[in-house]
Amino acid sequence: MDPVTPAPEIPVELREVRKSFGDKPVLQGVSLALRKGTTLAVMGGSGAGKTVLLRITDGLIRPDAGQVTLFGTHIERMREEAMLPLRKRAGFVFQGAALFDSLSVFENVAFPLREHTSMSLGEITDRVHRSLSVVGLPGVDDLLPAELSGGMRKRVGIARALVLEPEVVFFDEPTAGLDPTNARLVAELMASLREGVCDTAIVVTHDIEFANMIADQMAILHQGRIADIGTPAEMRASSNPDVRRFLAGELREE
Amino acid sequence: MSVWAYARRQGQESVAWYGGLGLLAIEAARNVRLPPSYLIIVAQQIDLIGVRSLVVALTAGLFTGMVLALQSAVNMARFGAENYVGPIVALSMLRELGPVLTAILVGGKVASGITAELGSMKVTEQIDALRALGVNYVKRLIVPRLLAALVVFPLVTILADAIGLFGGMLVVVFDRAVDGYLYWNTISYWVVMRDFLTGIAKSVVFGALVTLIGCYNGLGTEGGTEGLGRSTTDTVVQVAMAVIISDFFLTKLFFILFW
Repeated sequence: MDPVTPAPEIPVELREVRKSFGDKPVLQGVSLALRKGTTLAVMGGSGAGKTVLLRITDGLIRPDAGQVTLFGTHIERMREEAMLPLRKRAGFVFQGAALFDSLSVFENVAFPLREHTSMSLGEITDRVHRSLSVVGLPGVDDLLPAELSGGMRKRVGIARALVLEPEVVFFDEPTAGLDPTNARLVAELMASLREGVCDTAIVVTHDIEFANMIADQMAILHQGRIADIGTPAEMRASSNPDVRRFLAGELREE
Repeated sequence: MSVWAYARRQGQESVAWYGGLGLLAIEAARNVRLPPSYLIIVAQQIDLIGVRSLVVALTAGLFTGMVLALQSAVNMARFGAENYVGPIVALSMLRELGPVLTAILVGGKVASGITAELGSMKVTEQIDALRALGVNYVKRLIVPRLLAALVVFPLVTILADAIGLFGGMLVVVFDRAVDGYLYWNTISYWVVMRDFLTGIAKSVVFGALVTLIGCYNGLGTEGGTEGLGRSTTDTVVQVAMAVIISDFFLTKLFFILFW
């Protein structure tokens, strides 16, 4: 394995990452770095490879080529069980929430605590309730995921990802598939998370308005590459034709 | 597509399937020693796989023993060998039908259940959610099921063997009016420990094989609910085929080793 240099200032870094499925190339050399204390929004049309990028970053998918560094450790060739301690330090919010459907809301949020800590039931209850109230869902402990609305499920997913107090959170399309009210609720929640719970995140989204609300940095993914990266203001002023077309809603993936 | 190309693709898919199954077995074996031990989940799985399959296995065992006794008593009487009904029933049950029927019936039930459960976890991203939460999914989902199967299949097979022999006695005594003592006496004279133990050894192999197939098809499920239906059906068929085919080779192997 490569020598590991701890780089707490840059918890996540991708270098020239490539990935194809079958003979269809999805990522063709993506490089980006996430600085501690910033929220990076990765944007692009559907099919641009945003979710694949996020999964590669957390080690859920292996890249074909390139380097992925998570908390200063190269993970691109690492064994599954060696990656687990790193994943505990990173939260992942799935597009479909991916709650454990046979467990209640309480047990879903308590799951990481039971697996990874030796907390007493009292401490677990405290932590779960704190996490659920951060996402604005007190009093739903005993409901099953099937009994929740889409927006509530997403928020439980966020509570579960935050309960171990991760250093970085990866959000996969947090507002997709929600009605405007719920989407705004999730957006406000994520803006408030930045103040306290977790200030370092990668958010994959196609929602420009939402990205403007929460992101310090924006990256636009087009044809398997990062077309441009910068602050929201820089992006609006960008002369890159792909960025201009994306912001105008005219960029398509072939 | 030409016949040749079709055959080649089928061949490639089969090789990939066997390879994947083998890799999962290696991966599971490697994970057995890793922490945490998840003993409670192993116990839950023993209950789920074993206790809730008892009725199926015992009913099948009882009637198999009965029909074996009936067939052999009637037909062996044609050449005057009715005294050997006991050993015929016992050897068939202990060496073949006990382990094989248990593996096909209980195995089909258990493995298709595992495929359905793991498959729906796969298509709803719950397995990825486990991984993202830093949980070793092989250790948590696959290893406990395999360990439970290694315990459960021999035990259920022993019970099926026993009730099969008992069923044979019922038929011999009540239908054929043979002395029950003769039945047990000929069995204990002709049947040795090796006959029983090779059957149990088979059931251990079947248990592991059947559970691995269930887990592998579950983890490999793709394409939403339709894919889930497909992989569950595949499991039922593959379990039966795997048991029947491996039974032949195990029998041959045991004859080479222990005869």
